[in-house]
Amino acid sequence: MTIESIRNSLYLLLSVSVIHPLSSTPKGDSLMSPRDVYVLGGNRIPFVRSGGKYLKASNQDMLTTAIDGLVSRYGLAGERLGEVAAGAVLKHSRDFNLTRESVLGSHLSPTTPAYDVQQACGTGLEAAILVANKIALGQIDSAIAGGTDTTSDAPLAINDGLRRTLMKANYAKTPQQRISAVLKIRPAQLAPEQPTNGEPRTGLSMGEHQAITTKEWGITREAQDELTALSHQNLAAAYDRGFFDDLITPYLGVTKDNNLRPDSTVEKLAKLKPVFGKGEGATMTAGNSTPLTDGASAVLLGTKEWADEHKITPLARFVDGETAAVDYVTGNEGLLMAPPYAIARLLQRNNLTLQDFDFYEIHEAFASTVLCHLAAMESAEFCKEKLGLEAPLGSIDRSKLNVNGSSLAAGHPFAATGGRIIASAAKQLHEKGSGRALISICAAGGLGVVAILEAA
Amino acid sequence: MADTYSNLVNKNPLGKKVASQFGLPKPALLRRYKEGQQLLEGPAAVAGIGSAPVAASASAIVKASGGEVVDATPETSYDARLAAIVFDATQARTLDQLDELRQVVAPALKKTGSSARLVVIGTTPSELSDPEAAATQQALEGITRSIGKEMLRGGTANLLWVDEKAQGDSAVLAAPLRFLLSSRSAYVSGQPIRVRDADVPDVDDWHSPLAGETAVITGAARGIGAEIAKVFARAGANLILVDIPASGEALSKVANSLGATALQLDVTAADAGERIAEAVARKSDKLDVMVHNAGITRDKLFVNTDENRWGSVLDVNLRAQFRINKVLLDKGVKGGLADGGRIIGVASISGIGGNRGQSNYAASKAGVIGMVRQLSQTLADRNITVNAVAPGFIETEMTAKIPFATREVGRRLNSLLQGGQPVDVGEAIAFFAEPGSAGVTGQVLRVCGQSQLGA
Repeated sequence: MTIESIRNSLYLLLSVSVIHPLSSTPKGDSLMSPRDVYVLGGNRIPFVRSGGKYLKASNQDMLTTAIDGLVSRYGLAGERLGEVAAGAVLKHSRDFNLTRESVLGSHLSPTTPAYDVQQACGTGLEAAILVANKIALGQIDSAIAGGTDTTSDAPLAINDGLRRTLMKANYAKTPQQRISAVLKIRPAQLAPEQPTNGEPRTGLSMGEHQAITTKEWGITREAQDELTALSHQNLAAAYDRGFFDDLITPYLGVTKDNNLRPDSTVEKLAKLKPVFGKGEGATMTAGNSTPLTDGASAVLLGTKEWADEHKITPLARFVDGETAAVDYVTGNEGLLMAPPYAIARLLQRNNLTLQDFDFYEIHEAFASTVLCHLAAMESAEFCKEKLGLEAPLGSIDRSKLNVNGSSLAAGHPFAATGGRIIASAAKQLHEKGSGRALISICAAGGLGVVAILEAA
Repeated sequence: MADTYSNLVNKNPLGKKVASQFGLPKPALLRRYKEGQQLLEGPAAVAGIGSAPVAASASAIVKASGGEVVDATPETSYDARLAAIVFDATQARTLDQLDELRQVVAPALKKTGSSARLVVIGTTPSELSDPEAAATQQALEGITRSIGKEMLRGGTANLLWVDEKAQGDSAVLAAPLRFLLSSRSAYVSGQPIRVRDADVPDVDDWHSPLAGETAVITGAARGIGAEIAKVFARAGANLILVDIPASGEALSKVANSLGATALQLDVTAADAGERIAEAVARKSDKLDVMVHNAGITRDKLFVNTDENRWGSVLDVNLRAQFRINKVLLDKGVKGGLADGGRIIGVASISGIGGNRGQSNYAASKAGVIGMVRQLSQTLADRNITVNAVAPGFIETEMTAKIPFATREVGRRLNSLLQGGQPVDVGEAIAFFAEPGSAGVTGQVLRVCGQSQLGA
């Protein structure tokens, strides 16, 4: 062995021990390039029309059950996940830590952190975007996003007058002051404050808002009823072929969404009287609008590595998400018209066209909402003036829309809808083995949340 | 499910008194397995006929499991209550020799404690060419079955017929002997089990025999299926629990409580086998144990049984198993059953003795027995064993719905004067699943407390 070769060996040894530590991330600098995030699975309880079988179920119960169904499906009992983010739109004040309490009641490790998200009907999808971003950044490797809602167990608050009187009595310093405060209670103050689904700034209900938009876009009754019948038929067919066998866990003896009418037809729907809008032009009925519904859903997301470690096959990649808001208060835009804005921005950012998708999952708040979105995206005028686009987004292949049914058939427990759609879309992509899905959910307050999934 | 009468005469002071004064039957509280439990609570008397070659193995097995052994003779006086008697009659070839059994076992039986065990070991009669030798060995079945009916305080008597080739191998005897001696066989009495020559792995952990193994159990959401799952989880198995989607809520709870995976699947679905294999492949390299427990009843008198009641019971209880097995036994299928694996079915004493109003159910359960006997031979070269349990009256939600009088008859018409617990069925299935049970195949083990139904 020559001196040269000994020197070379020494150099190699040194370089391995010296250079290697330098090549790793410097202390305190945790920045890393974004990682791919995957939808690994989903679970929900059957959705049930309010005032029915889930009358006694609480949001916490339902969310816990949805999470536990996911845990058992993927054998995650005792597992610590990165976090659980979920929420409810209608929430009791005692549920200030709803998601954390649900985690504690579930079979996940009690060391799994959790927080509540609340963004009206966008809650579930927004929660997924939030946890997906954290996973992409490397802050966590796995998470559950979800949502729950019940209008059967809606919080009834005491009315403002009574609350003020009682607070005054509470802060009273002398018994006399207290008695005089309490004596000011009037019978009218005993009526509870009921939650409404009306917009605080306009006083109009969501249906009334949508009726205005429906008229503006000239959406016909027939088109709405057709979309509705198809939603029921598609959901029924999905049940029949076992599509939901690994997406739903029965709850309180309910095994299927009970709003589903498998034998729904345009003819039957045509017999219903309009409930939103006034006079001749009213087209929105109880059939082509979603009913108040109770339910909960949960979606499991994670990195490929985490999925491999837990022997879970990813269903779809969670590509990107975008939220838009419109000024509906002044009447410049319809309350539920934010999704086209969000879609336009999301497509541009991802260098995609509206036609680059194999599945479109557009939440059916009302049949006419979906039809308004489609009409708007086809309109050159709307796309130019409102979205600032040279050319319209264009039309979609309607056979790719809500192929396994959507909210008109399944029902719409506000915060739970996002989870339902993400899981279904991800499974559709997994079954197909390729392609992309566009998810779009409109929400109160002029909000719209959209996301792109891609086959894993 | 509660057995009110048994609780009354065992636990209530007044009930105890009335029962003993009027000579009412008193079902014993059976010793059942708890994690880490001793094999036996007292010494085991071991003896045999002639050179008694298996007696030495039996003694070694008892000692290796922490038990004490007393060499028994007709003159032995026992200091402590015996927990078990093991009698090696493998060398008995003449009827005269049977008297040796009488001379040793009779005095020992008088000194047994509660939940005691008699295990007689013989040679498989069909292997013997001499008629008297075969008769002598067959006589052992009559003896054990009769003693089973005479056992007091929850005692059981069972028979192991060991093939001549297997008699020199203590490893192949260990799991069956230990099962029959232990409290895991609390509700098994009067039953013969044949032990064949087989390759038994060296690792012998009788507290967690299924550690590292992957098992699928169908019908696991409730009742016997949920209990099988618990026993398997205790034994260390990775579990995939299957039940129909409509039972998903209960299934999810069972799975989460055991750290198992839930698979909502109708076993009669055309692709059920593929979906089970997929679920296995996701969790493990191979499937070690397939337990076909899913079953339904659609009771009606035969003359009133329509096509649907007839077909659905046969489809769920039997036809589905053929379809699933076909997929799992295909060597090319990822997640299929490994060589050396186990297939375990659930038959029923209805399938053995028939039952009024259950022609469809009995057909399916007798069919399970037929399948087990045939398939065990087909799969012998892959060292896959195929067995079934045949439960008798088991205290479940289902049997709690039987009208009172019928239920009481079903419950008491056995040597242990009580219904079995779902866990008893689970224990027997877990015994078949153990790696040590490689020598046991093609068998249908009744878990019936020696019920007189179908016997």
